[in-house]
Amino acid sequence: MRPEGTDLARQAAETVARDSYGKLIAFLVARTGDMAGAEDALADAFATALAEWPNSGVPANPQAWLATVARRKQIDQLRRRRTRRDASAHVVLLANELDAARAEPTGIPDERLALMFVCAHRAIDPAVRAPLMLRAVMGLDTAAIASAFLVSPTTMGQRLVRARSRIQLAGIPFRVPEADELNDRLDAVLDAIYAAFAAGWSDPAGTELRRRDLATEAIWLGRLVVSLLPAAPEALGLLALMLYAEARREARRGACGEYVPLTDQDPARWDQTMIGEAETLLLRAGTMGFAGRFQLEAAIQSAHVVRRVTGRADWAAIDCLYGALALLTDTPVVTINRAVAVAETQGISAGLDLLDTVAADPLVAEYQPYWAARAGLLARAGSAAAADEAYRRAIGLEPDPAVREFLMRKQAELLNSSVLMQRLTEE
Amino acid sequence: MQYLLMIYGDEKAMTAATEANAGQMLAAYGAYAEAMGKAGVLQGGNRLRPTSASTTVRVANGKTTVLDGPYVETKEQLGGYFLIDVPDLDTALSWAERCPGASTGVVEVRPIWAM
Repeated sequence: MRPEGTDLARQAAETVARDSYGKLIAFLVARTGDMAGAEDALADAFATALAEWPNSGVPANPQAWLATVARRKQIDQLRRRRTRRDASAHVVLLANELDAARAEPTGIPDERLALMFVCAHRAIDPAVRAPLMLRAVMGLDTAAIASAFLVSPTTMGQRLVRARSRIQLAGIPFRVPEADELNDRLDAVLDAIYAAFAAGWSDPAGTELRRRDLATEAIWLGRLVVSLLPAAPEALGLLALMLYAEARREARRGACGEYVPLTDQDPARWDQTMIGEAETLLLRAGTMGFAGRFQLEAAIQSAHVVRRVTGRADWAAIDCLYGALALLTDTPVVTINRAVAVAETQGISAGLDLLDTVAADPLVAEYQPYWAARAGLLARAGSAAAADEAYRRAIGLEPDPAVREFLMRKQAELLNSSVLMQRLTEE
Repeated sequence: MQYLLMIYGDEKAMTAATEANAGQMLAAYGAYAEAMGKAGVLQGGNRLRPTSASTTVRVANGKTTVLDGPYVETKEQLGGYFLIDVPDLDTALSWAERCPGASTGVVEVRPIWAM
């Protein structure tokens, strides 16, 4: 075996794996409903490719070649596991399709959308939907997914195995839902993609390459949904939202790795191309006559980044958009964000009043952004002692050291300025 | 695929229900079963007597223990079931959510292990 042939074969196999893993898995699962079996069959097919291609050369259509070999492996699996009466009928069916595929080597239908609906099915635990999708559609390995979601590879492996067997045993259908339930079901798909993005985004220091990559993978999934369902406004909204956030990735840290909050970020460090694409997507979604959660959140991002042009965030729009979001999902988180906007549009005390409305919610006892927002507004209102107390709560709740340092810096500034104020009044 | 829809509810509330309420519930179940029959998915189903009529049997080390009452004491009890044959879980779930018992208690949807 010539080493250069091996390299070439490996390269070709890797290219196909990256570009069409999900497509091949979807194609294989669609015929058996067995996701674990499909993954095994495709892994076998890739192994066969690496063994054969160095000698035989890379086939003209590597994707079709892999599909054919993987289906043959699936038939072998079924023959081995023939415990049910209808299994032999299944084998005949597969054999027929196999012949059809040989006759028409390029005809691999793109069934990734159905695959995503399976992964985000309401009978699947919401916490495992994003990992399942990353595994099935992107082919990410279990260890990478586990580290991104901060669990051990063993735990993640067990969750994935359970979910996959559930898909088959519970009879979750492999299809895109009908129009009347498409929007509801699409929400679950979009939520799972956003969860994957958030897992990648929550590593602002970018120290863990795997998690940073996850944000990129989630954007890729978002693009895939948009390309397969171009008339779904919320899919456009989600993609726009992720692009707005991703555009600011570098600006979230200063020269010395210190945390920089959105309002202090240098717009010159935002990725203008990504923002431009997000704006276009959001506008397109806006023409479709339905505004959901993701479009509203993307629009809020748009009103923040307008600062790159006007020098100031559009706080009136942000206030108004959070109001609309509160109508959809009235959570303390929305109210807290809105309070910050209200402080800009109607004054600091109005913002504090709005924060007071959620003060009794059990969530705020452990929610850092509430205390940070409160501390910031109290400091500006001149209530140094109360602000100091709120900063301490926020610092105690913050897991990210960079954000913690930022809050401690703010707290120190507050102390210095109040000491100064005291001296001035004493003099 | 075959699924068993297991209907759980508070049997105390059911026995305490007024005649009018009980009659209404029964009529709702009748209509539901009829709809499943017309759709060609219904394979069987029954209402169960309260758990006070239940007896639990266990054989351990060759010794049979018989206890009066249900296997587990729960706030909500298995009160009836339907056996349906539908193409997939989505269809099974759509029937489960139409079940009158889903609005008063819960309906558990379990696939039948095909032999």
